[in-house]
Amino acid sequence: MSPTAKNTLNPLSMKERIKVPRQLMPEQPADERNKNFQEVNLGYSPELARQEALRCLECAKPTCTDNCPVGVKVKEFVELIVAGDFLGAAAKIREDNVLPAVTGRVCPQEDHCEGKCLLSKKVKPLGIGYLERFVADYEQRMGTHVLPNVQPTGKRVAVVGSGPSGLTVAGDLIQKGHKVHVFEALHELGGVLVYGIPEFRLPKQIIREQLDYMREMGVEFETDVVVGRTVTIDELIHEEGFDAVYIGTGAGLPQFMGIPGEHFNGVYSANEFLTRINLMKAYKFPTYDEPMIDLHGKDVAVIGGGNTALDAIRSALRLGARKAYVIYRRSDAEMPARAEEVHHARQEGIDFQMLTAPVEFLSDGKGWLTAARCVRMELGEPDSSGRRRPVPIKGSEFDLPLSVAIMAIGTTANPIVQSTTPGLGTDKRGYIQADSETQRTTRPGVFAGGDIVTGAATVILAMGAGRRAAKSIHDYLTNGQW
Amino acid sequence: MFNIIHAQFIAPGIKRFVLEAPRIARKQKPGQFVILRIYEEGERIPVTIENSDPAAGTISIVVQSAGKTTHLLNSLNTGDDILDVVGPLGKPSEIEKFGTVVVVGGGVGTAMAYPSAAAFKRAGNRVISIIGARNKELVILESELRAVSDALLITTDDGSYADKGFVTDKLRQLIQNGTRIDLVLAIGPVVMMRAVAELTRKENIRTVVSLNPIMIDGTGMCGGCRVPIDGKSEFACVDGPEFDAHKVNFEVLVQRNSMYRDAEQRSLADYQRLTAEKAAAHHAGAGEVKVHEIQEPCAIAPGGKR
Repeated sequence: MSPTAKNTLNPLSMKERIKVPRQLMPEQPADERNKNFQEVNLGYSPELARQEALRCLECAKPTCTDNCPVGVKVKEFVELIVAGDFLGAAAKIREDNVLPAVTGRVCPQEDHCEGKCLLSKKVKPLGIGYLERFVADYEQRMGTHVLPNVQPTGKRVAVVGSGPSGLTVAGDLIQKGHKVHVFEALHELGGVLVYGIPEFRLPKQIIREQLDYMREMGVEFETDVVVGRTVTIDELIHEEGFDAVYIGTGAGLPQFMGIPGEHFNGVYSANEFLTRINLMKAYKFPTYDEPMIDLHGKDVAVIGGGNTALDAIRSALRLGARKAYVIYRRSDAEMPARAEEVHHARQEGIDFQMLTAPVEFLSDGKGWLTAARCVRMELGEPDSSGRRRPVPIKGSEFDLPLSVAIMAIGTTANPIVQSTTPGLGTDKRGYIQADSETQRTTRPGVFAGGDIVTGAATVILAMGAGRRAAKSIHDYLTNGQW
Repeated sequence: MFNIIHAQFIAPGIKRFVLEAPRIARKQKPGQFVILRIYEEGERIPVTIENSDPAAGTISIVVQSAGKTTHLLNSLNTGDDILDVVGPLGKPSEIEKFGTVVVVGGGVGTAMAYPSAAAFKRAGNRVISIIGARNKELVILESELRAVSDALLITTDDGSYADKGFVTDKLRQLIQNGTRIDLVLAIGPVVMMRAVAELTRKENIRTVVSLNPIMIDGTGMCGGCRVPIDGKSEFACVDGPEFDAHKVNFEVLVQRNSMYRDAEQRSLADYQRLTAEKAAAHHAGAGEVKVHEIQEPCAIAPGGKR
C-alpha cells in the first residue's frame, strides 16, 4: 500500500499532496434547494477536479479499486484527470462501470473506495465519487461516447429488469458481442433510478442519456412486460430462443410494521410515495393526472433511516411540508443512509427524531391520519445484525401530530418470477438463490443478481452483481458449460 | 403503443375496446387485469380483462366512464392508440369443478364476471348468473351470459327491466328456495360485494370477491393496494385481486378508495369544462364531443372515480 511516485503525471510530492485540502463540492444553498427539485450538488469545475485529483497518493496496491464492487481503476482515471484528459478518464471508468454518472452521485463511497483511501488515515479521503461524476458529466456534455467495435457472437440474452444491475449486465454483454434484450415492467426504463431516487439526487436526464448510449450500442428495450406474468422465464428460453436469462427484478414488496392504523389515508409506503412523485409526477397534478396528498403546510414523517427514507422526506419538504421528520429507532451511528445525504438533510431542516419508533397511528375517526403515537428507545445488547438492539423506554409515549407518514422500513421478496419459474431455487425469505461469484441460479442458463437475490441493498452492489453475472454469462455462452 | 382494433359503446357510458396486445392475449386467464396509461401525463389505472383472443393477439376490456381517465378512455375510437398496457396482472380466478356456482355481476362488474362464468361452465359446474344494473339501458352482456349459464337472473334498481331490486334479493331467494350453492363469485361495486358477503356469511357459503383498490405499478412494488384480509395486510395486485369475501375488511377498502376523491373530482370537472369548451368551439358541426353523465364508481373504475 506504500505510495509510489514513479512515472507519474502528478507533479506534486507526497507531502505536497497531503497538504492540498479536499475540494468542496459546490452545492445549492440549503434554504433554496429545500424548495426545489434541482440537483443539490452542482459538480466540480475542471479546475476543482484537477486540484482534487492531485491529492491521489497513487498507491502501489490501490485499496480503492479492491473495495469497489465493480472494480473501477481509480488510480488510472484520476491520473488522466491530472493530465487533463477527461475523456480518457471517462473511457477508463467505462471499462468497469457502465453508469459512472449514476454511481458518481448515489454510491456510498465512504463504504467502498473512499472508505479505504490511504489519505483518510491522516486527512480526508480523495473525492473519488466527485471525480467520477465530473468526468462522466464532462463526457456527456461533449457528447462523444466511444462506441466499442465488437464481433457479433449470435447469442441472445434476456435481461429482466432495467435497474442498475440489469443495465450493467446489458452494457457489459453488448460489448462482448451478444445481443441483449431488456424487459421492464413499468412504462419507463431505469428501475429504482427512475421511480425511486429523486431528481435532486439523480436527474432523470442522466438516466435517459445513459439509456440512449446503450441503445446506440445495440441494446434492445421493451417496456410494459412483467416477466412471470406477461411472459415466463421458460417461454423466454424455449419459445423466444434466448440463450441465457438474467433476473434483476430488484426491490420487492414494501414492508409495514403491523401496528394499528397503517391503513389510514395518509400512510404510504416509501415506494408508493416516491413512485407517485418520481415516476408519475403526481406533484405536478393536475397537469399530470396521478394524484397525491397535497403536502403544503402539512406535517410529514418518514419511518426508517436508510437512503429511501431520506429521499422520501426530503421530497416531502420540497413539496411544501411544514414539518418534516425522520423517525428512526436507533441512533445516528446505526443509520444506514449515505453520510452525505444525512448531512444534506440536516442542512435542509429535516427534524431527526432518533431512538424513536411509532407504536400506533391515530385518525380523525374518518380514516384520515392525524398523529403517530411514538415511544422513545434506548440501545441495549447487540442483536443478530451486530447493532445494539433498540429497547422501548417505559412511559415515554408521546403523540406526534402528522398528516402523512411514510413507511421506509425495508422490503420483502417479490414472488412473481419465483412462483412462475419451476425449479428456480429460493432462500427461506423467498429471494432467488444465486452463487455469490457466478450469480448462477439453480436453473441452467438462468442468472440472477441485485436486490432480488440479496434483499434491499445499494445501486453499486446491484451493479457489482451485474458485473459478475455478465462475466459468468459470457463464459457460459462461450464454452456452453454449466 | 397499443392499438385499438375496435371500440364500441355497449350501453350509455360503457364502452368495449378490443386492443392489440399479443403478449397479454396469449397469457390472460379469467380474473386477471391490465394496467393502462393513455398518454404521457396520464395516470396508471387497473382495468379487468373481459376476454382475449390469443390467435388474433387481442384482448377486450369494458370501461365505464367515472372519472377523468375513464372519460378520456371512452372518448377514444377504433384506430386510436393507448400508450401503455401491461398485464395480465393478478392471480387468475380459481376455476375448478365446485358443483353449483353462482356468479354475481353488478353494473360493469358484469363484464368481469362473464369470463369467469364461462370458465366455470367449461369446468363442468352448474352456473347460475345474477346480474344487476341501475336501469334497462345499463344491462350489459345479457345474451353472452345466458349462453354460458344454466340460469340467468336479472335485476334493475328502478324496475325498468326484468325484476326491480338488487342482486342480493335474487341470491337470497335462491338460498331460501333451498338451492345448493357451492361457491359464489361476486364482482361489482364495493357496496354490492359487501352485501353479498354479509348474506352468504350467515349461510356459510364459500364466496369470492374481486377487489378494486387504488394501485400504481400492479406488480407488488408500491403497496398502495393493501387491504386487510383476515386482519393481515395483503396486496390486491400480487395476492389477489380475488379474495375470500368473508375475510375482507370492506370498511378499510371503501375508506382507502376515497383517498383522492377531491383530486379526482377536480380532474373530472377540469376535463369536462375543457371538452365542453372544445365542443362549443367546434359547434359548427365538426362532431359533437359527448360528455357522459357521471356515474357511480364500479368494479371497472378501481380506486373510486377514475
